[in-house]
Formats: sequence, C-alpha cells, structure tokens
Amino acid sequence: MSVGVQVVGETAVGEPASREPDLGRVRGRALRQLLRNPMGVVGSVLLLLVVVVAVFAPLLAPYAPTQVHFDTPFQRVGTQGFWLGTDDLGRDVMSRVFYGTRASLQVGLLSVALAVVLGTPLGVLSGYWSWLDAVVSRLTDLMLAFPFLIIAVGLAAINGASLTNAAIALGIAQIPTMIRVVRAETLRWKEADFIRSARALDASPVRIMGQHLLPNTASAIIVQATVIMPVAIIGEATLSFLGLGITPPAPSLGIMLSDAQQYIFRSPAAAVIPGLVIAVICLAFNFFGDALRDALDPTTSSKG
Amino acid sequence: MGRYLLTKLWHSLLTLLLSALVVFFGVRALPGDPALALAGEEADPATLQQVRSDLGLDQPVLVQFWRFLVNLGQGDLGTSIRTGTPVTELIAATLPVTLWLSLYAILLAVAIGIATGVVAAVHRGRWPEWVANGFSLAGLSIPHFWLGLLAILYLSVSLGLFPASGYVPVTENPLRALYYLTLPAVILGTGLAAVVMRQTRSSMLETLSTDYVRTARAKGLSRGAVLRDYALRNSLIVVVTIIGLQLGGLISGAVVTERVFGLPGFGKLTLDSVFTRDYPVIQAVVVVVTAAYILINLGVDVLYSVINPRIRVGGRA
Repeated sequence: MSVGVQVVGETAVGEPASREPDLGRVRGRALRQLLRNPMGVVGSVLLLLVVVVAVFAPLLAPYAPTQVHFDTPFQRVGTQGFWLGTDDLGRDVMSRVFYGTRASLQVGLLSVALAVVLGTPLGVLSGYWSWLDAVVSRLTDLMLAFPFLIIAVGLAAINGASLTNAAIALGIAQIPTMIRVVRAETLRWKEADFIRSARALDASPVRIMGQHLLPNTASAIIVQATVIMPVAIIGEATLSFLGLGITPPAPSLGIMLSDAQQYIFRSPAAAVIPGLVIAVICLAFNFFGDALRDALDPTTSSKG
Repeated sequence: MGRYLLTKLWHSLLTLLLSALVVFFGVRALPGDPALALAGEEADPATLQQVRSDLGLDQPVLVQFWRFLVNLGQGDLGTSIRTGTPVTELIAATLPVTLWLSLYAILLAVAIGIATGVVAAVHRGRWPEWVANGFSLAGLSIPHFWLGLLAILYLSVSLGLFPASGYVPVTENPLRALYYLTLPAVILGTGLAAVVMRQTRSSMLETLSTDYVRTARAKGLSRGAVLRDYALRNSLIVVVTIIGLQLGGLISGAVVTERVFGLPGFGKLTLDSVFTRDYPVIQAVVVVVTAAYILINLGVDVLYSVINPRIRVGGRA
C-alpha cells in the first residue's frame, strides 16, 4: 500500500488520472485522513466550537450585545455576572464577543460565497476556452490592482459603511485568486483521457464542464474557500476597526478593538480578548484548511 | 525577451486604462453633486452653472473622460475640497512615510521569511519545522493591527523599548526614523513573512527532491552548496512573485498600521478623505494605488525574467 502511494508522490504533479476518479471514494478517504491528522482534529474541534457559538449566540450570551450597564463600566475579567468583564459603557464583553463571532462568520461566508459563485464559472470557462482566457486574465489583473481596502473605501464612499458592503469588498478582492485556482485545475484536467473521450463522444461543452470538469475542481475550490475565510474575517475586523465596516453599536470584533484602543491602559483585557477570539477563529480555519489540503492532495499523502 | 516585455507593457497599459475607467465612473456614481459641494449649499443657480462649466461637468461624458485622462497624464490630480490644496501636494507629503514603512516591512519580512523557510525545509519532520510552521500559521491568523495594539501596550508603554507613536522623516534623521518605524514595520511585515516562509519552504522541498539535486549530491557537492546554489536560488524566484501578489494586502495593511501607530502617511490621507467625503482626493488615492500596484508588478515581471531565463525563451507568460 505505502509503496503504491510512494509512486504517486514520485510522478509528475500535473499528471491527472486517465480514468475519471471516483470522487465519492476519494473524498471519503480524504475525510478519514483529515481526522487522523492531529492538526485536522484540532482544526475541526475549534471550527465546531466557533460555529456553535456563532449560531447559538442569542442563547449563549447572558445579555443583549448592546445592553449598557452605566453603573458597572470597566469590570475586570472574572467578575460575577460579567465573566469577561465589561467595556466603557458597561456592556458585557462575553456577549459582545459571541455576537461579534457571529458577525465575523457572516461576513466571511458572504464574501466566500461571492468569490465562489463568480470565480468558479469564470475559472472553468477561461480554462476551457483559451480565446476567453485573454479577456478573463485582463479582468483578474484589473481586480488584483484594486486592493480590498480601496474597494471598501469606494463602497463606503458610495453606499456608506455596512456589513454587506464590507463582505462585498472582501469577496470581490478574492475573486481573482479563485478564478486562477479554478482555471489551473481546469487546465490540468482538460487533457485527461476521460475528458478527451467525452469530447470524442460529442458531449457538449456545457456537459463536459458541468458534469466532468466542475466536480473535479471542487476539491481545489473547497480548499481555496478555507484559505479565503480567515482572510475575509481578518478583513472584516480591519474594516470595522477603521470605521469602514460594521457600524456601531452593532457588535463586531473589529469595533471592539477600535473602542478598546481608546481606554487600552485602563482596561487592557478589553483589547486582548477580541483579538484573541479573531486569532482562534482564523487558526481554526487555517488548521482545518491545511489538513484538508494535505488530505485531498495525493502528492503529500505519503502516510496514507 | 523584448517581445515578452512588450506584451507585459501592453497588458499593464491596458489594465491602467481600465482602472482609470473604473475610477472615473465610480466617482460619478457617488451621491451628491460636486458642483454643489464646491460652490456651497446656498449657491444660486448661476454660480452653480459657472462651477459646472469650470469643472467641465456640462460636457458629454466621453469628453469628460478624455479630459480626466489628459489631466492624469499631465500629473494633475485635482484640488482637495477640504483643504483647497492640490492633491499632488498632499500625496507628496504623505506618500514617503508609507513607502519607507512598506520598504522596511518588506525587507524584514523577506529576511525572516526566507530564513525560517530554509530552516523548516532543511529540518523537515523535526522540531524546527514545527516551530516555523506554528510561526507562519500564527502570522496568517492573527490580525496584525491587534498585534500592534499589544506591542504598544507591552513593548512601548510597559517596557519603554519603542515609541508608541510619532514619526521623523528619514531624510531628516535616519537613525531616529529607524527608531520610530521599527515597531510598525515589524507589525506590518508579519503577514508577509508568514507567506514568504511557507512559499520558501515548499519551493525548497520541491527543489531538493528533484533529480538534478540528487545528481549534484552524487557528484560530491556539499549539502550546503546544493542548498545555496540550487534550492535557495529557485526559491528567490518564488519570493519575488509573492511580493508582487501580496502588494495589495501590504497597502491595505499599511493603512491600518498607520492608524494604530499614528503615522502621518498615505493611509491617513485615504481615511481622512473618505470620512470627509473629499472626492477629488479619494479619486486620486485610488488612481495612485492602482498605478503603483500595476507598475510594481510590471517591475516584478521584468525582475522575474532576469532571474529565470526560461521565461524569456518561452516568450509567453
């Protein structure tokens, strides 16, 4: 078994299988391998925790995230009733962190969805038809030339700062890399024997792309999505910190950091906690994504 | 080589023109009447008409676009509504701060990233690789402006090692400038260092498993010589490409870093112009950033073809 896998590792990376891979089996094996990798296990557990907190924030949070307690500002961590302390307006930090996590995931999912929905078809099409490739390449160049912050600045100037605008800006910024990843995968599979035979059998381009190329690029898309997710989440925090993202008093980890900066010496914990939460969320996605890529990529699965 | 560069140059020009188009129509999509903003809310219709014709707003859109391009070509970026100064002056005052900061951050990131990447690749499967991997994952997962806040809190205020904010121009006093810029540059460089480390590691591992490296080792070349002459040289190509691709992130990062450390740079100009709706400045900022991005990537492509002769022979990108 290990000898056979070794051979895969030694052959050229770009050589796809001649027969169409059984995707169900490939993915089942990848999932088992993911759960055998310690990094994958840690990532999965953290991810589950983050998702539970985000989904059940209204049930888990002791207070409403915007509820002020003017008589108890700047409570320390460990105070009874306010386990993570309170901010300058006496708002419960734990409740705000829970709702902030929810907002982070919302922006992350929205922008990933935007990048996948627009990037995937453009990537497959430009990989399949080389005449389209030149046009799409100029488009990706153009999009890459606008850093996400500049797009966000523009959107904030036109429509005002909001969660949706932040997600759109972050999503647009990720479209070009998504196009490139999908295009590269399409180019890799396009010359595989099973695609050639489908073409020889007079299958329409729509059918070839939809039935054969798209499912085979899915792994790369999923991995890329886990890479984009933490980038978008940090992006949201950054935009909200600058006042270009979610608008106060709505809870966002970035807004909490920007508030905490004003009284950082009085209450350092208020600046430490939200950043730590962002780091945990992003680590969860990065661990999970790394392990997933290792599991799905046959060239690195030497232990299989 | 000439053909390759010409194609690249043509593509860069095309992208530049397209981005000017996006900016031009983007600004026209902004709510509010620029003539009203300039003349003031109480201006009478005749004055408004006068301002409109001064600005060329009564001309057809295509004529306006042409004038916008001609002005751009002559280096005229308009006048700030808020301060009344030419935008070029504002940019000249703030851009150097950001350029020095970014350059310093890139140098630090490349030095740290390559060093840790090499260590991780050489000690594959042992503890140095785990440490280096942990470092790079942390660099990708931690928002660096938060790291900046923590650095101010603990390194600047508690230990007094670095100034918490402030800036001295490099041309005035290079040593003082270094003192003020070190902490911001380290913070800005963390993300880039993490990416450079990952790419260096995987590129080195790839090179070390190739047949020509095995041949070189079999010929009796020392491990150190192979690492230096083959693996490291190949990974430099990757690093150059990465810097070009990461530039957008670096520009965004610089804006936040300037905000955290109170640096009077291009990022501050950008944010101030958005919050005060100073449209000519917003427009100019976008043009300058995209032009810089495109030009630097053109530079990266040229550098790339110098380091890697295979591209020149192929003639196609």
